[in-house]
Amino acid sequence: MAPMHAFANPARFLRLARPLTAPLLIVGGLLVAASLWWGLVHAPAERLQGDSVRILFIHVPAAWLGMGGWTAIAVASFVELVWRHPLAGIGARAAAVPGAFFALLCLVTGSIWGRPAWGTWWVWDGRLTSMLVLFFLYLSYLALADAASKDGDGQSRIPAIFGLVGAVNIPIIHYSVLWWNSLHQPPSITLGKSEMAPEFLWTLLAATVGFSLLFGGVVLARMRMILADNQAEARLRRRAMEAADA
Amino acid sequence: MSEFVKPKHQRLVLVLIAVVALIGAGLLAAWALRSQASYFYLPADIAADPPAPDRAVRLGGMVEGGSIKTAADGVTIQFVVGDGKARVPVSFKGIAPDLFQEGSGVVAEGKLGADGTFIADNLLAKHDEKYVPREMKDMTEAQARAAVAETQ
Repeated sequence: MAPMHAFANPARFLRLARPLTAPLLIVGGLLVAASLWWGLVHAPAERLQGDSVRILFIHVPAAWLGMGGWTAIAVASFVELVWRHPLAGIGARAAAVPGAFFALLCLVTGSIWGRPAWGTWWVWDGRLTSMLVLFFLYLSYLALADAASKDGDGQSRIPAIFGLVGAVNIPIIHYSVLWWNSLHQPPSITLGKSEMAPEFLWTLLAATVGFSLLFGGVVLARMRMILADNQAEARLRRRAMEAADA
Repeated sequence: MSEFVKPKHQRLVLVLIAVVALIGAGLLAAWALRSQASYFYLPADIAADPPAPDRAVRLGGMVEGGSIKTAADGVTIQFVVGDGKARVPVSFKGIAPDLFQEGSGVVAEGKLGADGTFIADNLLAKHDEKYVPREMKDMTEAQARAAVAETQ
């Protein structure tokens, strides 16, 4: 576990995170802008969906990152519970806000697409319902992590347990369209196989990489913010103690 | 040293057991939901176990090619939904969604009539997992591949 514990020291983590944050955000932003411009302006219309296919370039990356965010929370929670790694809980808290944002973005763009494509804004089918549950899990996690951080050190174990339990929903979201008859279509892209024409596929992959870099940049920025917050609070506490002693 | 288990390893084992139990519980729950969580019945399900005539159900499947017919009143359409095993005739009065057409998926909400015709109050179009540009829709797969190779 030597390489992981090298980052137990926040100073060492910050030396790496500080120069990485801005490049991730800039490269991610440029890639998202370029692929969305291409997807919204130049990509062809789809044979049945017409122009509404273009929402795919936001909807699918948002869905993947919404699920990827909780997967990151689950892995970090596991590390937190087993190795008590000091940065794991902070990383999980940092990933929850962009994760919740992308889960909501996925629900909203999906709803806008569903109106012309399916003829309805919303149905209670397996995929849509499990994705909505994921969004509510994010909100609960944020509330829980916020409450735990106010209780002082060593209280991040409760959100970590919640993060692991909530991970059960991730495979359910993925397999919902395969296990149950659903209105949502099955995955178009599986390992090594795509039912999507190349001009849609490559734009989608570029947008996904771009959104993922943005996600990474936001997580690093939020981790730095939480570390700075903790430091400021510790300093205030020390000063209060010194004032009390004097 | 050797007769004591490090607390770190003890936690690892406990958390792993908890994760395995959780995944097992999740899979069992999903398995139990198998029939209830489905959004619609397939024509084969309707044929095997027809729902009561006044019960609202959803029927999903493919609109059979050449089966869409508009009735004399101009707003009622009749078509056949099939899944390769069974076929159910459907009657619907209203405006169908844009993606509703022969050969693609549909979910009809309504009731099964006494004569075996499904009376739909609402139609939802179901998109499949294929994404094809408009210009290539009439090409065969080999033609489309050649066209793509040319432009690259």
